Order: sequence, then structure tokens, then C-alpha cells
Amino acid sequence: MNKSPIIDPATDRTPRIWDPVHECMGREELELLQMTRLHATLERVYRNVPCYRAKFDAFGVTPGDLHALSDLAKFPFTDKEDLRLNYPYGMFAVPLREVVRIHSSSGTTGKPTVVGYTRSDLQTWTELAARFMTAAGVTEDDIVHIAFGYGLFTGAFGLHYGAERIGASVIPMSSGNTDKQIMIMQDYRSSALVCTPSYALTIADRMEKLGIDPASLNLRVGLFGAEPWTQELRREIETRLGIVATDNYGLSEVMGPGVAGECLCRCGMHIFEDHFIPEIIDPDSGRTLPPGEVGELVLTCITKEAFPMIRYRTRDITRLDYAPCACGRTQVRMAKTMGRSDDMLIIKGVNVFPTQIEEVLFRIEGCEPHYQLVIDKVGAMDVLEVQVEVNERIFFDEMKRQRAFVDFVEKKLASALGVGARVKLVEPSSIKRHEGKAQRVIDKRNPSI
Amino acid sequence: MKVEQISIFIENKSGRLAEVTRTLGDAGVNIRALSLADTSDFGILRLIVDRTDLAKSALKAQGFTVNKTEVVAVEVPDRPKGLFGILHVLDQGAVNVEYMYAFVERCGENAVIIFRFDNPEEAIRLLVQHGFTVLEGERVYTM
Repeated sequence: MNKSPIIDPATDRTPRIWDPVHECMGREELELLQMTRLHATLERVYRNVPCYRAKFDAFGVTPGDLHALSDLAKFPFTDKEDLRLNYPYGMFAVPLREVVRIHSSSGTTGKPTVVGYTRSDLQTWTELAARFMTAAGVTEDDIVHIAFGYGLFTGAFGLHYGAERIGASVIPMSSGNTDKQIMIMQDYRSSALVCTPSYALTIADRMEKLGIDPASLNLRVGLFGAEPWTQELRREIETRLGIVATDNYGLSEVMGPGVAGECLCRCGMHIFEDHFIPEIIDPDSGRTLPPGEVGELVLTCITKEAFPMIRYRTRDITRLDYAPCACGRTQVRMAKTMGRSDDMLIIKGVNVFPTQIEEVLFRIEGCEPHYQLVIDKVGAMDVLEVQVEVNERIFFDEMKRQRAFVDFVEKKLASALGVGARVKLVEPSSIKRHEGKAQRVIDKRNPSI
Repeated sequence: MKVEQISIFIENKSGRLAEVTRTLGDAGVNIRALSLADTSDFGILRLIVDRTDLAKSALKAQGFTVNKTEVVAVEVPDRPKGLFGILHVLDQGAVNVEYMYAFVERCGENAVIIFRFDNPEEAIRLLVQHGFTVLEGERVYTM
């Protein structure tokens, strides 16, 4: 193991480790801790969550069947469908009076996924956010500029409390209004930027247009997440903003940001294994794959009280590396996500399923569900175009009414998806059908990581 | 007193207008008047032809989206202020023009203006009352 200290290129200091006891724990000790916590969690969900009890019973397993960590593979998966069926509070493992925070993520059916946190869950989340932010080099001297939207999504709040715990000064900027973002970065001397990687590029574009030299700012580090991004994009952001760009990973069903994050070695995101047990499976067979293989990430929460997910299928494709990291952390590293095992799209950081678009179109009088999604980048921003085949019922002889129809569909889509979409009417049968099935999605963004 | 018009949805890509005219030509349909309203994505082509139903079915068979609408054709003397007289009457009568287009008759004496009104019955009543010539469909199809 390479013991040479890593120097934070932005501060010329060795970055500290927030929780060395857990982050640098020996594998044997860690597994013992995982085993204890996993067993307690399984017992608790079996007792308190009817969905888990029914699923375990159907599989013929009880928490008593867990004799080793490898026995986790005997338990059934949990997926988004379980959350949908138990909407809104059916998967909660504590009574609502113990829940102190509720968040949600977008779902497949127009209904979001509701997640809850007890006071202790929020403390854990805050600690884990502090861990990965520290790993990225954030200290109490930083001014953390959070340009994630504050609201139901977990992004902004997760990093907000993590940064406060570290002792940094937090600017709860929220998203949008790029000119104001830049003004505040200049005037308040923001040193750490939190947003989606594509928004970081938008900021860089805007600064270029305004003739602002990034070197005149105090920005030194970026913590980017909520959407997959490439190494090329990382290099571009680093060059154009003059910062160190780090990646982190999380999903609201499991906790939010703080499931995993990069250290400055930037050779994968450390998964906080004392709180989450990762597995990699073959998405088709569900079989657990050996370490190092590429497959779907499955996560089990072992400390969550309100909303513990057991073998939750993230649908994110990645690989795990258990080799020790030069930073001194012992916890496993996951590679940047390489894609999805379902059809979910991430557009401007918002999760979008083609079925949501289908539902909106179905509900519009006269609209037929012949549509195609074209996702592209204009500058740094994702642009979603929904192509809808016209028919006599939605074709008007007056341009005014035709435009009004397009506006109407665009408004419906924006409110259902939480992200804007441009509607383009196309001629009937112009969307290619493959064996009767339309090719729904054309993603022109660089999908390879 | 109304004239049948067909409207065709045309995606803004090369060759679509040519395809419409080819289809009509193959069906032996003659175009009397046309107008094209367009945006960056799509256009609405409006046609008055000699055989409306034949044109509609031929275009539909080629996969085009076609609607049939009724418009009003008004004859106007081909001289300055000819059109103003019509619009003034309509304005006084509070009738709105959704869109309009014009062509000149073969003999060159008169122009014909095709109107789409929000209230065609009232428009026709006003125009006739003020002595304008509202053309029958048959007249226009065979011009």
C-alpha cells in the first residue's frame, strides 16, 4: 500500500479524514460491524414493515438465516416498484411521529418516491456528507456555495448540513439565475462549488461571456453530483474554472448524497460501508457478481431507522474495487457510474422515465403515444426534445391554435417531469418503428464514461 | 357561399412540399391557390384545389395529416384601396380575420382574397350587405 501522503493541489495540504475510525477500519473489523448492524436492520424491517415481511416470507427467509455477510444474497431485492406500491409511507420502519424530515425523488408513475429520516438518520446523513466533503478537501475555512435546488430533492440539504458540520460557511444559493450566482461567487468569495457538473459548465460559459477570469475568484474545489459525467467533462471543468472537480454519489431512496464520494486520489468513490453494504449483480439474472466485475449496484442500508432499504436495486451500472486506497481509507471504491440497467434518463440532474412522458401524452385529448425523446447538449445544458407525431385531431389549420397546443403539451410535461421539455410536432409515421416498437430515446450526449 | 380548403401538416424538412405537389399531380388535382404558414419546426400548407375530396384522400394515402376547413373567397377590384374596403367593413363589424391570402384572377381584372374568419356567417352577411362579391366554391375551384 502506498503510504505517501496525498497533497490537496488546491491547498497544498494533506487532506484530513473526517472519521478515521470508520473510514480506515480494517476489513475484518468492518465486516463484524456490518454483520451486527445488518442483522439488527433485518430484524427490524421484518418486524415493522409489512412489505419486507411479505417478501422475506415469500422467499422463505427470516432474519435468523443470516449467518454470514454472504447470506445477504439469500434475501429478496427491493426496487422502485415496491416503493410505488407502498406509496407514500408504507416502507417506513418507524411511526411517522419519529420522522423529522421528508424528501422525495421523481418516480415512474408521476407519483414521487417518499423517503423519511429520523433525527438519528439526519445525524448520520450529516456525518456522511461531512466525510465525503472532507475527502474532497473541504475544510472549516471554505465558503461552500450550494447551487443545487433546495426543496424535495435531497441534493442541497445533504451537502448543506455536511458543510455546516465541517464548520465551513454555507451559502444556500439554490439553483438558477447564473449571473447572480457568479456575482455572489465574486462578492462572497465562494471557494467550494456544489452543483451538477453540467451547471458548473454553464457557469464557466457565462463567466467567459461576461469576461470574468475564473482566476479572479476564490473557487478552488467543486463537488459535483446528481448526474453521470465523464472524465473529459471533469478535465474541462477543471481547466475552465481552475478548480479540483470531485464526484460523489447518492440516491434519495438510500439516503441522498453521502452514500459514496471521491477522495483526492480520484480513483473511485469510497462507499461508506459502515452504513451501506454494496453488492454488484447481473441485472438480468440477479446473480451476485464477484468483486471487480461490472454490473448493477445494489445497496443495503444498515443504520437507517426510518427508511432502511434492503438490497435496493439502484439500476446504476458500476464496478467495485476493494484494493486499499492511497488516501488511507479502507472502504471500497465504486467507479463512476457507467449507465443504467433501466430506461431512466438524467436530464439536468432530474430523473426522467420515458413512461412519465407517455402518461402525459396519453392524457392529452387527441394525442397518440407515438413519441420519441431526443436528448442533447446545448452548451453545457441538457436539452430534452419530445417529438410527437401529429394527427388530424391535434392538427389545426390556424397557426395560433397549433402553437397553443404545443405550449399546452410543454406545460404539462414540465409540471409532470420537473424539468422543461421542448415539444416538436412531426409528421405521422416519421418516428422509426422497430418490429412495431418505436425507438423511444435518442441520447446524443456522450454516454460513455 | 363558403369554399372548401385543405390544410396539410408539413414537417420542416427538405422535400416535403415537393412530395405534396407530386402526390396531387399524380392524382390529377390542380391547385388554385395556396398559402404556407411556417415555424422553425413545421408548416401548415393551405390549398384550394379543383377536387378537394380527391386531393384529401390522395394526401392521406401518402401519410399526410390533412384537415378540411371552410374559408370565404371575396372578389376585390385589383386597384389601390381594394382590400382596405373589405377590411374596413369587417373591422366595423368586429369580425376577426384568422388568416388570409390572395391571388389574382386569370383575366387580371380582380383579385380574390381567401379569408379564414372567426365568425364566417357574420362576415359573409356584412360583405354582401356592403356590396362585395363573395364567391361560391364552384367558381373558385374552376377558376
